[in-house]
Amino acid sequence: MKVGLFVTCLVDLMRPRIGFAALRLLEAAGCEVVVPASQTCCGQPAWNSGDRRAARLLAEKMIAEFEGCDYIVAPSGSCVGTIRTHYPELFADDAAWLERAAALGSRTYELADFLATVAKLDKLPGDFTGTVTYHDSCSGLRELGVKAQPRALLAKLPGVTLTEMNGAEECCGFGGTFSVKFGEISARLAEKKCENMRASGADAVVLGDLGCMLNIEGKLRRLGDERTQVLHIAEVLAGEA
Amino acid sequence: MEVRSMHFKARAGAAAADKALQAKLSTAKGLFVEGRKRAVAEIDLEATREASKAIRDTCLADLDVWLERFEQEATKRGGRVLWARDGAEICRLVVDIARRHGVKKAIKSKSMLSEEAGLNAALEAAGVEPVETDLGEYILQINGNEHPSHIIAPAIHKTKEEVAELFERVHHRPRKTDIGEMTREAREMLRAHFLSADMGISGGNFLVAETGSVALVTNEGNGRMVTTLPRVHVVITGVEKVIPTLEDLATLMRILPRSATGQTISNYFSVLTGTKRPGDTDGPEHHYFILVDNGRVGLVGSDFQDMLRCIRCAACMNHCPVYQTIGGHAYGWVYPGPMGAVLTPLYVGIENAIELPHAATLCNQCGVVCPVKIPLPDLMRKLREQQVERGLRPWGERAALRLWSWLARHPGLYALAAKLGVRYLNWLAEGEDRIRVMGIAPSWTAGRDFPAPEGRTFRELYKTNRRDR
Ligand code: SF4
Repeated sequence: MKVGLFVTCLVDLMRPRIGFAALRLLEAAGCEVVVPASQTCCGQPAWNSGDRRAARLLAEKMIAEFEGCDYIVAPSGSCVGTIRTHYPELFADDAAWLERAAALGSRTYELADFLATVAKLDKLPGDFTGTVTYHDSCSGLRELGVKAQPRALLAKLPGVTLTEMNGAEECCGFGGTFSVKFGEISARLAEKKCENMRASGADAVVLGDLGCMLNIEGKLRRLGDERTQVLHIAEVLAGEA
Repeated sequence: MEVRSMHFKARAGAAAADKALQAKLSTAKGLFVEGRKRAVAEIDLEATREASKAIRDTCLADLDVWLERFEQEATKRGGRVLWARDGAEICRLVVDIARRHGVKKAIKSKSMLSEEAGLNAALEAAGVEPVETDLGEYILQINGNEHPSHIIAPAIHKTKEEVAELFERVHHRPRKTDIGEMTREAREMLRAHFLSADMGISGGNFLVAETGSVALVTNEGNGRMVTTLPRVHVVITGVEKVIPTLEDLATLMRILPRSATGQTISNYFSVLTGTKRPGDTDGPEHHYFILVDNGRVGLVGSDFQDMLRCIRCAACMNHCPVYQTIGGHAYGWVYPGPMGAVLTPLYVGIENAIELPHAATLCNQCGVVCPVKIPLPDLMRKLREQQVERGLRPWGERAALRLWSWLARHPGLYALAAKLGVRYLNWLAEGEDRIRVMGIAPSWTAGRDFPAPEGRTFRELYKTNRRDR
């Protein structure tokens, strides 16, 4: 099974260890992993900003780079959401590209979703101990239906206790460029998320999207919370947390 | 109503810091969100949403046909159907009707169209006294004609204490503290108006084409009095509100109160058909329908037609994290929250509401609760596209986006830029694991830190690691 790892631009820039954790997990699941060197960004920022032309050019690049793989996996719900849900909209007026986009989309998975539903990974390298709470990122949850998968994987780690926070499904306020365009609202939403997280009593919040991660960690630290860890599910499962 | 959506950013920023406002909103949110969750569990939600969407789509596909049918049926039963192109025409028509029937006082139940048109001011100017009888609208009216901040709970931004103080000041009665007593006081104040009014003005939740009826969903009973006591009843509603049959009405009524207030059925549900007939004990002698375009017709057949399915339940704003943080006034026109972020630019001009479609994280909490499956985030995104196409975005933003997307298509240069970018961010972090002040995005670090990058990009590390292997 040849799996193309789409690292995503934020992991590349901010948290390479999440990329390596994803690589390790995919290999542990017995996949042959390729990491196309020319990959950059799926085009999500352009798409969400209304720049259809730029989004389309990047989508074409992404499709060409990855369509040779059996599966495409990314440690981010929003990037996968862009590819699976929105690429077809980008190519709605171009039958040939639409077919390629739809074919790629149907084989593209969010990491936890892939590990749980396709690779059915049972033995996880991770050895995290502690109480964690899971933050459902908006695209992962509402575009891809990622909800039970990460929780099922976490349940396989003997040292992990999962406790649900209030409002786990509510937006953390990141929203891409929204976080800068409407900084006050964004930070206020992050604060509500942090309040819920802390009330859950968890040692760490685990999540599947880099945007949420930066937003939540940034707010926690600003609030003076140096204790609560903010971890990507890949780090926890791969034993790199 | 005066359009103030261009000032969104400043007003939203101020509201985001208003914790008292957020506390009020969150109480209501608890009520509506929890209530809805309980109520929709009683039905096959997805099937009902699908059926409701289909009904609304059927009407919109042949809107002219259903409107003509409605006109025929309503006329047959003694009603008069009038058409208004915009808010000014609404005002003119209502004032004409008032003159024709010698109206001095008009009692009103909730009508968003009357807000779109700024009808109260027009009535006053014509010497007709408008009296709002929906409790929330009444509170706003006696508080210097304040604007509603929510489409079904217009005074949601007020606390009980604020209302108590207002009542004491305006009613000149001792201050009450109990909500029941305050409501009774408002009823006593309104009773005289109900009995002395010559005209009733209401909105309409649906128009039923096969019977020429208007359906009204209310909780306070004021709607019944407004529509049956005075000799003239004027319904003002958007042309998109027409549905084919009573059967369709039954389907939509399974989902509207549940989505709106979490009620299985609203306290009052009226289907009003025709004028008072010989032998009837109540009902209006004259029944007018003012069916309004005000931007709606232009949406038929456009990329935004889905928006016309809206049944004004407010579930989208009740579930919206942004609305819950800033409230309704910041949106600057009649409709707040996600539906307003789409409708306002479409009705008042994209260039007059530049920020609204961007004032969303696109979390799609609205889309998943909308009873008629309006893809609100997709519509906001389409509005963003139109802004880009029409060159309405700020120059700096366009340049940054263009540069970034060009780099992203040139992997070699992109890798270099990423490498330099990471070094720059680390330099800003000054050896810490976080950046406290970020000159390129000050609005981020005003309210939170920005975590520092690890140090090298994935692609740098991957290259080295692979060589090691
Ligand atoms: S857009 Fe949907 S959720 Fe919002 S008010 Fe209209 S029908 Fe209700």
